Amino acid sequence: MIQMCNVPRYADADMEEIRKMQEAHEVLKHVDYTPQDLYHGYTDKRLKIDLSANSVEILDIPQEVKEKFIGGKGYCLRYLWDATNPDTKWDSPENAITMSAGPVAGITQYAGTGKCLVCTISPMTDIPIDSNVGGYFGPFLKFSGFDVLELTGKAEEDVIIVIDGNKGTISIEKAPLEHRDAHVLGEELTAMYAEDEKDRKNVAVVCSGSASEHCNLSMLNFTFYDPKRNVVRLKQAGRGGIGRVFANKHIKALVCHFKGVKANLNHVYDISILNKDGLKFHREIATLDDKQNAMRKSGTAYSLRTLSDYDILPTRNYKYGGTDKIDEMAPEVWQNKWLTQGGADGCWYGCSMACAKTADHFLLKTGPYKGERVCVDGPEYESAAGLGPNCGITDPQAILELNFYCDTYGVDTISYGTMTAFLMECYENGILNKERTGGLELTWGNVEADLEMLHQMARNEGFGKIAALGSHKQKEYFAKMGWGDMAFMNDIAMEQKGLEYSEYSSKESLAQQGGYGLTNKGPQHDEAWLIFMDQVNNQIPTFEDKAEALYYYPMFRTWFGLLGLCKLPWNDIVPADNSLTDEPAKVPEHVDNYLDLFYGVTGTKIDRDDMIRQSERVYNFQRIFNIRLGKGLRKNDAIPYRSQGPVTEEEYLSRQERYDGQLVEQVGLTPEQVKNMTLQEKMDATRKHREAEYERLIDAVYPKRGWTLNGVPTVAHLKELGMDLPELLEVVEPLQDVQP
Amino acid sequence: MQLNNRPYKDWHEGLTIRGVMEHMRFTWPKLVVKVNGQLVWPEDYDTVVLNEDDDLQIIHLLGGG
Repeated sequence: MIQMCNVPRYADADMEEIRKMQEAHEVLKHVDYTPQDLYHGYTDKRLKIDLSANSVEILDIPQEVKEKFIGGKGYCLRYLWDATNPDTKWDSPENAITMSAGPVAGITQYAGTGKCLVCTISPMTDIPIDSNVGGYFGPFLKFSGFDVLELTGKAEEDVIIVIDGNKGTISIEKAPLEHRDAHVLGEELTAMYAEDEKDRKNVAVVCSGSASEHCNLSMLNFTFYDPKRNVVRLKQAGRGGIGRVFANKHIKALVCHFKGVKANLNHVYDISILNKDGLKFHREIATLDDKQNAMRKSGTAYSLRTLSDYDILPTRNYKYGGTDKIDEMAPEVWQNKWLTQGGADGCWYGCSMACAKTADHFLLKTGPYKGERVCVDGPEYESAAGLGPNCGITDPQAILELNFYCDTYGVDTISYGTMTAFLMECYENGILNKERTGGLELTWGNVEADLEMLHQMARNEGFGKIAALGSHKQKEYFAKMGWGDMAFMNDIAMEQKGLEYSEYSSKESLAQQGGYGLTNKGPQHDEAWLIFMDQVNNQIPTFEDKAEALYYYPMFRTWFGLLGLCKLPWNDIVPADNSLTDEPAKVPEHVDNYLDLFYGVTGTKIDRDDMIRQSERVYNFQRIFNIRLGKGLRKNDAIPYRSQGPVTEEEYLSRQERYDGQLVEQVGLTPEQVKNMTLQEKMDATRKHREAEYERLIDAVYPKRGWTLNGVPTVAHLKELGMDLPELLEVVEPLQDVQP
Repeated sequence: MQLNNRPYKDWHEGLTIRGVMEHMRFTWPKLVVKVNGQLVWPEDYDTVVLNEDDDLQIIHLLGGG
């Protein structure tokens, strides 16, 4: 087992090289400003930077925006809407990247309070994407005086934007010499803008990686400096191609320097509330984490084996729900062989959950950094599952190498994993072959081919150019080239709205099919993770139950994004007596903690209903934003059949007893009828039943959410929420009576 | 016997809660177990014998996502 105390410190960056890089900077714009102090979690200031005009504006945030949108994702979406119009595309100059940490973000008393939300119009979905990320940039931005940052326009050449929250300066600088890959660029800019080694922890960098100029799957890395390891750590705003927009604006990086983090920079309403709840929660983690999820030892990857045991771990492009090789990547393997133990691995100060694990001094075997020893952040569960079993890979060494290169190239591990799984199934079915892939044998588990494709993607070469499109555009390309049948590819490509699925096999959970399909941004699990409640516990058996869950949980979980909170401390640890509560799945004590945090920071007392109402306003705003951009209707909530049931004969046969049984129990056939059916007839009957169930689910969910059966928020519902804003009514009023 | 409101087909004389867990491959450790609405603590999983008409709830508490 690797202990933190035995991990050698990483080498310093070459300061002579860094001086040369800095000397090559050309300042295009410099602004002095007086940082606004925070009051009850807010600065009420917006920083707007237009890179076409090299303009920097500091604007007030109106009270009405604060009340209706709260902060974080709410602010990001509000100002993204205002910057754009119904014809805006991802690469339009007016498309904005908005970032906001939320009013609770930056407190240090409670775990998981350093999140930043990022929104833009996505190159993958053509609608708003939202992604949340740890690291220090979000809180530093607040402490530097800004509740939200809005980046619009396009620079002519690569620039970095530097905010110094102590000096009160903002500059836009041409930066031609810095490297692109995140693990290098993060180190360079951290060393460049720190006054000395001790000051490195006060520098936060946002950057993408070398794939971002041409890869739709590109994400943003948010750094934080790890003083014990002497290395810059990377957390990701992963989903939806935000890195591509960033690079398209010729932004190489954002840098925020802020020295002086302390307990009450938010100037909260009542710090004693935060201290009390924080202490209680830290004790809970200290006493219960080892008995529950052991997040402090293996991070979110703890759940790999469990999900395989329950037939939920996506395996070979979601054909199956588990692998008999799962022991190769079991929690104890990560803990004992790969992940450093005993570190203070929180991605913001005060996070005792400490789930941001690392593989230290990991020796790379391929690519431009072959032979180097690096710090690999992760793998998170999603990364390990997507890069691993979903592509037929169970070797941790391979998963870590893929994870490292995805991060440093700026590629979303979830989309890359799911997309590669799709390509491997295309290869298996002859849609792709060695000739079409330029020699890459994309067979299940072929790590070498997988890594080479990733390297090609970063270099914008060969088949990497096709991989960089993402699954949705790949389907269209393969069909256009006459390589594959579109209907089959639509069935097996695990994407919806243009975004690849995250890593849960939802075949046996109708509620989770809705949890993916009825999302605003596309199939990411962060809105509603209902799979155990539904598939295993059977706690939400009726359509009405599922609809209630698909109303409550997306709204509840949206709230984390408004406030700048991490979801994990909510239910990846629970109080010892949680099982005795009326609704253990909701973890009532922790919900009450969050209400306390909101009150303690802002001074506004809210109850559980108010919390849901706050989210509902933003959730409906995002839905209408989608409609404004041409999606957001019922037809856009259709899902690939692979997420609903067995597409191929081998899938059906692998769980034949289950599927045959369901034809009797759920479809109403007699055992004799089932016995006399051909395999194809059974598959057709299963499909017909499951697709009808999904439609019935939608019929139950939309009204619960206050939407028409076409998925449009009703005017009455908007009025009830206080969201009957003229710009929203203009979008929804003409659609009130339109049938799906 | 019912397990999580579904018929449990593999009931047999002497079946314990642990037996159901093993048969179902319920490996997740954070569970709430109730027999006919009565909470059963982990130390009793090996000894509580289930009747043919029992209503067994084994609720998994898994954060996930």
